[in-house]
Amino acid sequence: MSKIHVTTTVNGDATEFLCDPRETLLDVLRDRLSLTGAKEGCGTGDCGACSVTVDGRLISSCLMLAAEAEGKEIGTVEGIATGEELHPLQRKFIEHAALQCGVCTPGILVAVKNLLERDPDPTEQQVRYWLAGNLCRCTGYDKIIRAVMDAAAEMRGAA
Amino acid sequence: MRYHTPESFEDASAIAAGAEGVTRYLAGGTDILVQMRSDIVTPDDLIDIKHIVGVKEIARSDDGGWRIGAAVAGAELGEHDGVGADWPGVVEAMELVGSTQVQGRATLTGNLCNASPAADSVPAMIAAGATVSVTGPDGPRKIAVEDVPTGPGQISLVRGEVVTAVNLPARGPGGGDAYLRFTPRTEMDIAVVGCGISLTRDGDTITSARVALGAVAPTALLVEAAAAALVGGTLDDGALDALAAAAEAACNPIDDKRGTIRFRTHVAGVLARRVAKIAYDRAGGAK
Repeated sequence: MSKIHVTTTVNGDATEFLCDPRETLLDVLRDRLSLTGAKEGCGTGDCGACSVTVDGRLISSCLMLAAEAEGKEIGTVEGIATGEELHPLQRKFIEHAALQCGVCTPGILVAVKNLLERDPDPTEQQVRYWLAGNLCRCTGYDKIIRAVMDAAAEMRGAA
Repeated sequence: MRYHTPESFEDASAIAAGAEGVTRYLAGGTDILVQMRSDIVTPDDLIDIKHIVGVKEIARSDDGGWRIGAAVAGAELGEHDGVGADWPGVVEAMELVGSTQVQGRATLTGNLCNASPAADSVPAMIAAGATVSVTGPDGPRKIAVEDVPTGPGQISLVRGEVVTAVNLPARGPGGGDAYLRFTPRTEMDIAVVGCGISLTRDGDTITSARVALGAVAPTALLVEAAAAALVGGTLDDGALDALAAAAEAACNPIDDKRGTIRFRTHVAGVLARRVAKIAYDRAGGAK
């Protein structure tokens, strides 16, 4: 089977890869580009662990073919921190112990960062609805929501 | 599997018409990728329509309605002020589909052509009087949304035909629409029953109406008897009773884990009453 050549941008870096037509963006991020932050939870778009942004739009990378990434700008959890300096969301997740096993965490970070870029001052209800497709089986969500609200407040203060 | 990226719908149609195996179109992919992964569908040819100019556009049509490109995602539709002002019921129905992540990709056209009886946007589009534009080997045509699904997973398009856009008619004065569904959870669930209603008012009197039900039959239903119960009246208790009775009478649901036949039939009447009130208030100028 002939491979497809894709030119794209991942976390601001120009990136090229070859992929099979059936490979998902998630497969390529993890297996060809060694960006293993996005996780495969369900593979059917239900759990949100594979969340990334494509041209600024939040999507499930298991529900997009890698070949569709041609010319797109991909954002993953690996692009959230600035070098060694954690993003406020990442710091607040640690402070609030908003994770246990951590499998859902990269997807949730990508999702809420995208929300806060659209709305820096969301209500708790907005955050909960935004994250309805990000499943966490450890925390019960309350700590996640507290961490997001706290990070949003800090980011508004810093702006 | 061959992955195609045609740059026109004529080319997309020609690829599909000339293909011999299993062919699928790819827009948002939120259904087809799940089906491919679980080996429900194994396409020989997958035709990605997103390289075609205009598929991501929402534009005013000449008749004052809206033309929504086949690859416009739910989130993009929801962020568009014009469509939401004219057809809030269609937009709220599409926004009920899946998660934020799914909204980033899923399309009205895909929700229709996947042909799930429970698809949320379909009753709302039927109520709105929406059509789809289709390109095919015999040229372009328009099909009413209610004539697209023919059964679960089945649509009336022939080989080589492809949906290019959804067309919503001009809203005109005194119009309002709404959609509600029943689900045990508020998010991330599939409709047990869905109901879309669009109507127009002249003062307090309803001058036209369309009522559609989802998840109570093999396809979404346009229920003309339910609309007839509304037209000419002012949505008094008698009209609401007649509406609910007509909605219940149209139901032909299955018994499954989401709801029994009896429950679904009852809920269809309850939702029809609620949706009619919202559409009526919106037609009267309420936001």
